[in-house]
Amino acid sequence: MTTTPTEKTANTPEQSGKKDAPLLEVRDLHVEFHTRDGIAKAVNGVNYSVNAGETLAVLGESGSGKSVTAQAVMGILDMPPGAIPKGEILFRGQDMLKMSPEERRKIRGAKIAMIFQDALSALNPVLSVGYQLGEMFRVHQGMSKKDAKAKAIELMDRVRIPAAKERVDDYPHQFSGGMRQRIMIAMALALEPDLIIADEPTTALDVTVQAQVMDLLAELQREFNMGLILITHDLGVVADVADKIAVMYAGRIVETAPVHELYKRPAHPYTRGLLDSIPRLDQKGQELYAIKGLPPNLLRIPTGCAFNPRCPKAQDICRSETPALHQVTEQDGAAMAGRGSACHFWKETIHG
Amino acid sequence: MAETGMKDEALSDVVASDASTTAEVEAVLDAPVERGEPILQVRNLVKHFPLTQGVLFKKQVGAVKAVDGVSFDLYQGETLGIVGESGCGKSTVAKLLMTLETATSGEVFYKGQDITKLSGRALKAVRRNIQMVFQDPYTSLNPRMTVGDIIGEPFDIHPEVAPKGDRRRRVQELLDVVGLNPEYINRYPHQFSGGQRQRIGIARGLALNPEIIICDEPVSALDVSVQAQVINLMEKLQDEFNLSYVFIAHDLSIVRHISDRVGVMYLGKLAEIGTDAEIYDHPTHPYTQALLSAVPVPDPEAREGRERIILTGDVPSPANPPSGCRFRTRCWKAQDKCAEEVPVLAVPEVFAGRSTLAAHESACHFAEEKDVVHAA
Repeated sequence: MTTTPTEKTANTPEQSGKKDAPLLEVRDLHVEFHTRDGIAKAVNGVNYSVNAGETLAVLGESGSGKSVTAQAVMGILDMPPGAIPKGEILFRGQDMLKMSPEERRKIRGAKIAMIFQDALSALNPVLSVGYQLGEMFRVHQGMSKKDAKAKAIELMDRVRIPAAKERVDDYPHQFSGGMRQRIMIAMALALEPDLIIADEPTTALDVTVQAQVMDLLAELQREFNMGLILITHDLGVVADVADKIAVMYAGRIVETAPVHELYKRPAHPYTRGLLDSIPRLDQKGQELYAIKGLPPNLLRIPTGCAFNPRCPKAQDICRSETPALHQVTEQDGAAMAGRGSACHFWKETIHG
Repeated sequence: MAETGMKDEALSDVVASDASTTAEVEAVLDAPVERGEPILQVRNLVKHFPLTQGVLFKKQVGAVKAVDGVSFDLYQGETLGIVGESGCGKSTVAKLLMTLETATSGEVFYKGQDITKLSGRALKAVRRNIQMVFQDPYTSLNPRMTVGDIIGEPFDIHPEVAPKGDRRRRVQELLDVVGLNPEYINRYPHQFSGGQRQRIGIARGLALNPEIIICDEPVSALDVSVQAQVINLMEKLQDEFNLSYVFIAHDLSIVRHISDRVGVMYLGKLAEIGTDAEIYDHPTHPYTQALLSAVPVPDPEAREGRERIILTGDVPSPANPPSGCRFRTRCWKAQDKCAEEVPVLAVPEVFAGRSTLAAHESACHFAEEKDVVHAA
């Protein structure tokens, strides 16, 4: 990974001591929104970390806080009404929440970039895509308009947009959905960041195009050895690309696991419910299992475990005590690497 | 011309009713259909949207061929899934079946009556029996109407179904049927979650006791855990009210789960149609194979054994579709023949007469069986 040496010198003493430190570490992050109806607690103590070259998938339904966490990491949260009362976001060991806006601006785009869900609304409709791609170079690196345009063409080639040279002056509406998403990816890659956050990058696309885009993303990630945070609600997409998974529910991480483990042996009733409730392509089942009820209102999160009103296993303790993220172990007590479950009854869930 | 010959042949199996007066037509429409008999027969349905140029003197410069010769049967009590990518014309088919759009040509026979030619009272009677559930529960419910008014509105148009004094009770019954609290009758749509709103949309679809419900992407706007609830509800209602569904969706896993038969559409035409096992386990059209292989399977181990076919490029414009087979521009099997001859939707010759699940209708010159769903 090539990082510009000038920027690195500033942090060298910090970094040399933390060679093995993860690229990004989120610690006990809380985010809330102050609304007329009260305080909506969107994120309630999230911890996760990503290393270079690794893909972390954050899985959750709408309102689970997965996108808000990503926005807090990027520093694009609307504040107010949003607020971060507690927590740390460490990028290469440095807490970004304590940085000045100017310092954060240097990281945003250059070191951590984001791919948004809806490419049509994320791109500016009145500027050509070449101009928007070149903006990264002009603003961050002070390039001339001409050089920036040449760079933009190069980027479009790299994400395999055919006839990049002719299309660089086209506007977003002239591209198809898959092509627009490629432009979003090109924009995120422009400054060769260390970490990319992809917020539902393929949700708006058709399956055949989705496969193309995910393939491209995985290939570029390997090429640049980037960390990738993939935010999605699609259990299928996650199975295809992720290394490890964090499942979110009502602003907390309820389960973490390496990808194979999660699908084979879920340790949280919510994860199990999700896996059971999706129909399979390769077999025709009977009635689908459905998680009863609805995701909670973030203004009134249930006490204890937030999942308790919908959980088939809920007992009194679930209604009174919030479960911590327990280390998941094998039946003989051996710890399972990277696995945690925020359920009082994780043992029963995983070992039956 | 070959085209007309094909049409006659396709029509020969339709039992066209000879009712002529409105009263006769209505009598035909009210007659019940036996389970397993075709209730809806679609023949060579075409819808072209004109492309015009000029402001004052508009002249037609072309047409978007949204639906271009689609034929299929819907049997009583079954679910027919229609899958395809965006822009393939599946929603236009839904609108044509509902007669919300007028077909450019082709016929839709409901109980032997061509509904594309009906009007007035007879059409109204047909519409009572074919209802629709829409994709987006956030925009398909009027935010200024209460749930009671929304579900009861069909009774204003078809007062014979529920007499005036009886309506409130009927609406409450319907709410109960779809699993909502009947006391919610005076609430507004914004007070409900996405899944509950979709239930309201389903209750409205059920209000007139229809025989056919056309569902256009009914669960794609919902969260995973809520999707399963709505799918289960729809299956329950089908048994309870003896409904036939046309289920349009882009999610192939859900379509497999709910459908008895599945049709795959590409650029305004059906590429392949058959029972769910025929399509999913023995696909013979390259497009179906590519589509199925692109679906991410929520099982990392099964994924490793699967072959993935990644198509290049995008769907061509329906205003200017490729000659011959429409899929040939993205097909890895394409040869000269594919550019010249339009493949007919029929059982491919290689499989004809053989008792294999691969012997189902597929519109490909080089149809070949290939299992892409199961791990090797």
